[in-house]
Amino acid sequence: MIEPSTTQPTFGDATKSRRTWSRVVNVVGPFLALAAVVLFFAIADRWMNGEKATFLTSRNLTTISSQTSTVAVAALGMTIIIIAGGIDLSAGTAIALCATVLAWSLKEDLGPRWLAGETTAAVAKSINEAQSDLKRIEREIEALAGGEVTPTQVAAKLMAKSDTEEAIRQHERRLAKLKSLSAAVAVAMSLACGALCGFANGWLVSYLRVVPFIVTLGTMQLYLGLSKQVARETTVRPDRFSQVSDGLVDLLSVRADALWLGLPSGVWLTLLLAGLLAAALHWTVFSRYVFALGSNEATARLCGINVRWNKIAVYTLSGLFVGIAGLYQFSRLTVGNPTSGSGLELRVIAAVVIGGASLSGGRGSVLGTLLGALIMSVIANGCTMLGLQNPVQDMILGVIIVAAVTLDQFRQKSVSR
Amino acid sequence: MSGITKSFGATQALRDVSLDVPAGRVLALIGENGAGKSTLMKVLSGAHAPDAGTMTLSGKPFAPSGPHDARLAGVGMIYQELNLAPDLSVEDNIMLGQERSQFGMLNRRAQQAKVREVLELLGHPDLPPSTPVRELPIAQQQLVEIARALASDCKVIVFDEPTSSLTRSDVEYLFAVIRRLKSTGLGIVYISHFLEEIRQVSDCYAVLRDGQSVGSGELSDTTDTDIVSLMVGRSVSELFPSVPHIPGEVVLKVAGLSGESSPVEVSFELRRGEILGIAGLIGAGRTELLRCLFGLDEAASGDAVRSPDVGVRTLGRRRPGYGDSPRQRIAAGFGLVSEDRKTEGLAQSRSIADNITYSRLKPYSCFGWLNLNRRRTAVADWMRRLHVKAASPEQSISELSGGNQQKVAIARVLHQEADILLLDEPTRGIDVGTKAEIYRLMGEQAAAGKAIIFVSSYLTELLAVCDRVAVMSRGRLKEVRAARDWTEEAVMAVAVSVNESVA
Repeated sequence: MIEPSTTQPTFGDATKSRRTWSRVVNVVGPFLALAAVVLFFAIADRWMNGEKATFLTSRNLTTISSQTSTVAVAALGMTIIIIAGGIDLSAGTAIALCATVLAWSLKEDLGPRWLAGETTAAVAKSINEAQSDLKRIEREIEALAGGEVTPTQVAAKLMAKSDTEEAIRQHERRLAKLKSLSAAVAVAMSLACGALCGFANGWLVSYLRVVPFIVTLGTMQLYLGLSKQVARETTVRPDRFSQVSDGLVDLLSVRADALWLGLPSGVWLTLLLAGLLAAALHWTVFSRYVFALGSNEATARLCGINVRWNKIAVYTLSGLFVGIAGLYQFSRLTVGNPTSGSGLELRVIAAVVIGGASLSGGRGSVLGTLLGALIMSVIANGCTMLGLQNPVQDMILGVIIVAAVTLDQFRQKSVSR
Repeated sequence: MSGITKSFGATQALRDVSLDVPAGRVLALIGENGAGKSTLMKVLSGAHAPDAGTMTLSGKPFAPSGPHDARLAGVGMIYQELNLAPDLSVEDNIMLGQERSQFGMLNRRAQQAKVREVLELLGHPDLPPSTPVRELPIAQQQLVEIARALASDCKVIVFDEPTSSLTRSDVEYLFAVIRRLKSTGLGIVYISHFLEEIRQVSDCYAVLRDGQSVGSGELSDTTDTDIVSLMVGRSVSELFPSVPHIPGEVVLKVAGLSGESSPVEVSFELRRGEILGIAGLIGAGRTELLRCLFGLDEAASGDAVRSPDVGVRTLGRRRPGYGDSPRQRIAAGFGLVSEDRKTEGLAQSRSIADNITYSRLKPYSCFGWLNLNRRRTAVADWMRRLHVKAASPEQSISELSGGNQQKVAIARVLHQEADILLLDEPTRGIDVGTKAEIYRLMGEQAAAGKAIIFVSSYLTELLAVCDRVAVMSRGRLKEVRAARDWTEEAVMAVAVSVNESVA
């Protein structure tokens, strides 16, 4: 047995404890930051607004969770991309594209037409007709009450009234069915659209071998153009009464009767997806490849990992999350606005970075990303509560992003030592 | 420099090192990788501040606050990698960071005078100052770099392994420049592993081992053996432990394998239980040969026939855009340890467990989900078998020493159950003890029936460890002999002489 040479660096207790410490900071850091931000606004709100302080009410916290969801869910997908060493600047306009496609699908009645062969407009029309019938009958009944009438006449009118009411109920059930059919198809289209956008990004990145930053800078503009095309350069407004199912609108609503176990259903969905993704990033073979790609692509190739297909898979998977974010975007706006996503990508990326991911790849976590997204909406919400204007919010956000990236640099230096 | 001490965390990189660089002479700084040469030079050039010790330059105390400060004070550094802006002209590169200017405007005339002066000093007044550096051959680019150091009126120039990326004739060119610089009265520090080179240019030497000075003196008074034993600190037999192994039947037959530029029509046979060494100068195509065999580079023509127990598999003849990928080669039983574990071989920020199992996650996965506990147990077992020293399988690679990193890279190849191991410079940049462990491991694997191709620039180890040694030159495989039929001189003669006959 040959003695190990003394040149071999050994880690003393000092280095080891420093390492454990930095690991703790990595995990706890975002939590502390969130707590600090919440505390700051709670105190400031109390101080500025006194008894009328509303920042820490459960209603406001629910609102914050709802406001976070769009960015958070897109940031989940972005986390995968950033861990794999990529970036997606097209996320914002892709979200708008998905929302626009969703709205367009509702407006054009794609679901009802394909699956039931009817349009919501026809059903809505018969409801309107039946309702005016009902009004007419009610007027006639009132008129009868003034004059001389036989009981048979009254009975006939009342019969007609209840028949019409029954017809209206039937039409309404029919319309509800059509609306949920339409919603299902529209959501599927949104998801497919997101996945397709992601696939296109992934394909371009891995086959053209152009850096993701440039590729997605191009597709960002491309998707903006596409959504304007879909919307015919205006905003797509499906009819709120006859075409948009309540489930879609209530997804992120904070109305008391739309909540489920205290939170909007969309927030629960986000949390569920986050849980699934976190598990997948820990326990799947695919996740190993994602981390390997981001950490060192050459190593991944050397280990026989199919670099191209894994990249495409990463971007496509992230595209699905973009599709869901598109759904949320629509749910909040109830219209498809092609330009509503511009700039959103930066907030999505910022959420991931604030959450401790490294823009040079190989590191990132789902929990961090969620906290990052929360920190941003707490700041936005808190500033509004304090009556601070938009510009101030933007400036604070900018400072925080720079701080997060600087922190990342420090961490990288301490690793490479 | 005297009494220089420097620690990084718990690692003491330099212990009480003293060094004298006389004017008008060339001092060779010798030592194994990790002996502290680079750290010492980083202290000299101001990149690191010493924990203790003093430096004096031309009689004045010298304590640079940073690289720029050191350069102004008169210490010039020439690294292995060139630090030039390829699109700027020769003049701009030489004067970069020390422009002659007035009120922010360049004083071109003063600059040109200075450039002419230093080029004359170097003995190359013919170098056109307006040429973009990109268009110059490597040797002249290096000249520009030296000129830049001279332009800052330096008193000491440090050459840190300057020949590693140069061809033979470029090396001669460089040596001529160094001799000329010496005659102008500069102090020169020359860092290298290659004793022949050192003998050609240096007057005196200093040897570092484990961060300490272990000897110095005039080169003319010492033999190579003395210097080697100073560097290594132990006898040669301890260095190369051997495990008996007997070559068996042919497992790989390569015929006329050519890549894009190299290798060129390489043919050889590899047997089970054999260690085949490949020697050659840097750039002789050894790495390219391995990468071609592993499917990382495209082969242009030729065949490599693999003979496993069942059937024969043809691996060559790749058509453009089609052919075996590393993935398929891994399935065929090949395993490659890359020469560059930092940028290719290992994912530095990932854990040991990840790095060992990247190429074969199947035993631990079920429908794409991993059983991390089972993997951890298996990885811990591999770490024990290869004596990887680390806190846990979850520790990240970047926290390990070079030797342990290399063991992880080798563990991966063994873990993927490769039976043809392609090892590219597996002992580069690791300490002597670990080298010995790796040699023994190679012997054990050969005894277990694996076939090994071992590429190395260190001839002594090739001749000591391998059964047969092949010499490559300019992409061609020149000659294969049993290791005992070679001498280092004979290998060098084949590696070099062919170069000259072609040129």
